[in-house]
Amino acid sequence: MPAGQPALAAALPRFKIALPVAALAAMFGIIFWIRPAIFSYFGIGLLLDLAMPAVFASMAQMCVIAINDIDLGIGPFISLTSCIAATLLVRAPAAGLLALAAAIGAYALMGGLIHVRRLPSIVVTLGASFIWLGCALLLLPSPGGGAPSLIAGFVNLSPPLVPLPILVLAGAAFLGHLLLMRTARGAVLRGIGGNAKAVEQAGWSLARGRMLLYGIAGACGVIAGLLLDGINTSGDATVGAQYTLTSIAAVIVGGGEFVGGDVSPVGTVTGTLIMLLTGSVLSFVNISTSWQLSVEGGILIVVLGLRALARTA
Amino acid sequence: MGQRFANAPRWIWSYLAAAVVYLAIVVIAAGAGSFQTFSIALQFATFFVIAGLGQMLVITAGPGNIDLSIPGVMTLAGYLATGAMHGSNAGLLSGLALGLLIGLGAGLFNLALIRLLRIPPMVGTLASGFIYQSAAIAYSSHAVTQPSPLLAAFTSGRVLGVSAMTVLFILLTAACAVGLQRTRAGRAVLALGQNRRAASLAGFRVGGALSLVYLASGLLAAIAGILLAAYSGGASLDMAREYLLMSIAVVVIGGTSIAGGDPAPPGLWGSAMLLGLLVTMLNLLHMPEGVRLIATGGVIIGVLAVATPQGP
Amino acid sequence: MRALQGVDLDIDAGRMLGIVGHNGAGKSTLMQIIAGTLPPSSGAIAVAGAPIPAYGVRAAHALGIRCVFQELSLCPNLAVFENVGIMHRSLRGAGWRGRARHLIRASLDAIFPGHGIDPDRQVSSLSIGERQMVEIARAFSETEEKVRLVILDEATASLAGHAATQLLDFTRAARARGIACVFISHRLAEILAYADDIVVLRDGGIVGTAPASGLDEDRLVAMMGEVRAPAGRDAGGARSAGVPRVEAAAQDGESLPLRVHAGEIVGLAGLAGHGQRAFLHRVFAAARHRERGLAVNGSIAHVSGDRASEGIFPLWSVMRNISAGALGRLSRFGLIDPTAERALAEAWARSLAIRTPTVSHLATRLSGGNQQKVLVARALASGADILLLDDPTRGVDVGTKRELYARMRAHAAGGHAILWYTTENAELAECDRVYVFSRGRITDAIDRDAYSEDRVIRASFASAPPGGGFARAG
Repeated sequence: MPAGQPALAAALPRFKIALPVAALAAMFGIIFWIRPAIFSYFGIGLLLDLAMPAVFASMAQMCVIAINDIDLGIGPFISLTSCIAATLLVRAPAAGLLALAAAIGAYALMGGLIHVRRLPSIVVTLGASFIWLGCALLLLPSPGGGAPSLIAGFVNLSPPLVPLPILVLAGAAFLGHLLLMRTARGAVLRGIGGNAKAVEQAGWSLARGRMLLYGIAGACGVIAGLLLDGINTSGDATVGAQYTLTSIAAVIVGGGEFVGGDVSPVGTVTGTLIMLLTGSVLSFVNISTSWQLSVEGGILIVVLGLRALARTA
Repeated sequence: MGQRFANAPRWIWSYLAAAVVYLAIVVIAAGAGSFQTFSIALQFATFFVIAGLGQMLVITAGPGNIDLSIPGVMTLAGYLATGAMHGSNAGLLSGLALGLLIGLGAGLFNLALIRLLRIPPMVGTLASGFIYQSAAIAYSSHAVTQPSPLLAAFTSGRVLGVSAMTVLFILLTAACAVGLQRTRAGRAVLALGQNRRAASLAGFRVGGALSLVYLASGLLAAIAGILLAAYSGGASLDMAREYLLMSIAVVVIGGTSIAGGDPAPPGLWGSAMLLGLLVTMLNLLHMPEGVRLIATGGVIIGVLAVATPQGP
Repeated sequence: MRALQGVDLDIDAGRMLGIVGHNGAGKSTLMQIIAGTLPPSSGAIAVAGAPIPAYGVRAAHALGIRCVFQELSLCPNLAVFENVGIMHRSLRGAGWRGRARHLIRASLDAIFPGHGIDPDRQVSSLSIGERQMVEIARAFSETEEKVRLVILDEATASLAGHAATQLLDFTRAARARGIACVFISHRLAEILAYADDIVVLRDGGIVGTAPASGLDEDRLVAMMGEVRAPAGRDAGGARSAGVPRVEAAAQDGESLPLRVHAGEIVGLAGLAGHGQRAFLHRVFAAARHRERGLAVNGSIAHVSGDRASEGIFPLWSVMRNISAGALGRLSRFGLIDPTAERALAEAWARSLAIRTPTVSHLATRLSGGNQQKVLVARALASGADILLLDDPTRGVDVGTKRELYARMRAHAAGGHAILWYTTENAELAECDRVYVFSRGRITDAIDRDAYSEDRVIRASFASAPPGGGFARAG
């Protein structure tokens, strides 16, 4: 562990959030320059609509990355939950709720399995991704279904002054920050990512910690799926696939680290917005959406590369 | 007898499981078209194995090493190669060369991310995979992909009743198995996968070994993509969609240790056949695609949960 | 292997017990037993006269026992006060952050006045010394469970000068409150100045207990070691001649220069973890590419004493483990010749008397001593000019040790150079020259004729070479 230089290093954690926030401001600046008309109540709402499910996808990923794991199946999981919302929740709400609860339970169990058998999360979540996709396809072999009126209604809310997505994003950032960064339990969970041995020696259960974080990730995935269904008012087994890379990029660009438990809910929300707006900017300048994912990948590489170079400097 | 069982190589189980599924198919279809079924499954298995071979090499290099860019490389190489071939035999060599170059280039790019920028392999190859896929998408909009008739014939050709391509890659698998165990480079990979520190202190060139596996993976992914495109009469954007999980599945189910240092090349064929026959059986039973996906994912997690060495 | 035998230890309230000993004395084992991380194989632990049957980490913590080891148990991604919350489960609910901040601030102020550490800072931004201060302050902090015994295992090692003094001064105040302290340090002056009683460990047993007031450095050094005449060794062959195989330059009076010639066995001594291993790794790396201040001439092979984590390949047979360094010679047309490989392995197994049914046996099934021989065989089979031995006889039985010493003598006589780090001072008798490490620096160079264990121990606890650098060996 390198010794820190007092002044600079002490300020570094605060710098970490400054960078993504600055980047976000820059993005808004670019968008305003290209498409100033967008800055209306309706325009912002439309621009940021899809940020709502995306932010919860990123929160889910953040929970898993906080314990030094990675979730390569969150995208298909969100597809599944949105399909459940589009079918069961509409036709047989009780069964739908049960299915969603089971989905969260499955995520927690997955975390438990990974801990108990010391499995690599990459392969387990990748294998699980096929299970999620398979279940989604069974529910909806082809796009269809509807959306529960409650959720569709929520998504179409138009609160005064501030568009709904901004409220939802702020709420997610606030709740995430409160739970993970301000509670004692949250500190312990993050501590597992930083020094699991020390936390265990202090008497905490690592298995329970991991299962709790994975369970929360599952819950976030459910919320993301519900919101997605509400926005699209129909289900599609492949709709969520993009969220896997987007969520990883959002956590990292927002200042999170893969190893060490150093994640930030506010940073994750910021990162999500940056990723989403990148896609919007690309479409404004008429670059096809098929490049969107590779641009996200490119941003991820650049951010990680710069960090690595900064570390060796 | 019990002792013999315990000492049987891990990859035997995949063959046994494949045999069981095959018997089930024979029973379900009441014997009709059994050989046909076997032969089609073997054809698809071959493609899985080509991609899986590269993945196996990368995973063998030690924990944390994985190549998630394989589908992207397959698609891009498939497009560029068949695009250059333009449906004529004259373009065969240049098409092949281009495709292989893509594979090597992808391997080099992945290596740069992993070794120079110190990006964790799973993230680096995940991101680079999307870049390769996007490049393929961009190329696809204005390209005609048509494989050379010679190449297409090769992919469906038979030698003494057995697919020529299958024979070729069985030989390649064997060569790979021998190479890993009997060459210095191979031993370096095996040592690196068991313990990077010990390998370095024992005098092995661990950097070179790591580079070798990622380059090989890129190359093999390109080959898989070119041949798949040739077999299918042209490239398509989702041609490699299932190869991300399949390349890992055939490695894990086939008995290669996910912890590194213990490859099981024969297992690639057994598990590829198992997965291929599983698809066929589920199709025969008119099971929807979802069941197949759930079964595949479940088997992978199951094998991992049971077979992963627990260590100290 | 018994790390501790017949150790009866009484730790009294309100007193500081200093524990000193050289390598292998059993200090860390003893501390682990007290801390509850290691169960004793026999004997019992009693607190305030009452024996505790089910002793463990949680029980120890509940009884008021706190430990500060050199290996830090802070979470670097959390803030200082959040780390306090990890240790004290009662810190939760509304207002826990304020309470935690208050707790750690109070503790830091009490022990290290003027520390300048903000409890809101992330631990990863603190220097090592500051982290150590936080760890110590946390150990002394109390909520409901009172602190009764604090173990400081080399806790002052990473502290800056005045912080170490502050800590030790604080222990006086703590003792006045009835808290007992156990203090392990390699800084003899500190222990003599602050401890009430001192226990000297050697070879897993207690060789002396006395009030600190009656002891001085010389007596401690004498108690820790045994003056032993070096085993006879032929002084044949012209050594110290020609271009050295390994040459490390002196470092501005902070460290003595080092030189190893062909045919020499050079020992690296000193307390474990004082830079010897890092030095060996530097030498190994220097054989491949340039390193400043370090010249290596010749091929090199490394034998690790930490067999499990950096030596034996767990999936490989004895044969493959041995051949790992000699693969170039065994290849024909690029392929390794299996017959030649087996012959090589069998020859070395015979030569080193490696006890294994066949060389195809899994290397991890062998005993520790035989596994070590496999690693030695690997290095010897590579035919390298220079051999680096990283504490290879740790956990190895006596018979095997003797065989290895004989093999090393023969190897050196055959014209090879050997650099040998050992934590067992008796082995230094095999060496032509011994360099003693203390805190990362070479503090003494002792020729064979001038060797005494006394001198080694003294240099192990020194902070600088006597009389400043460039002192000639002798």
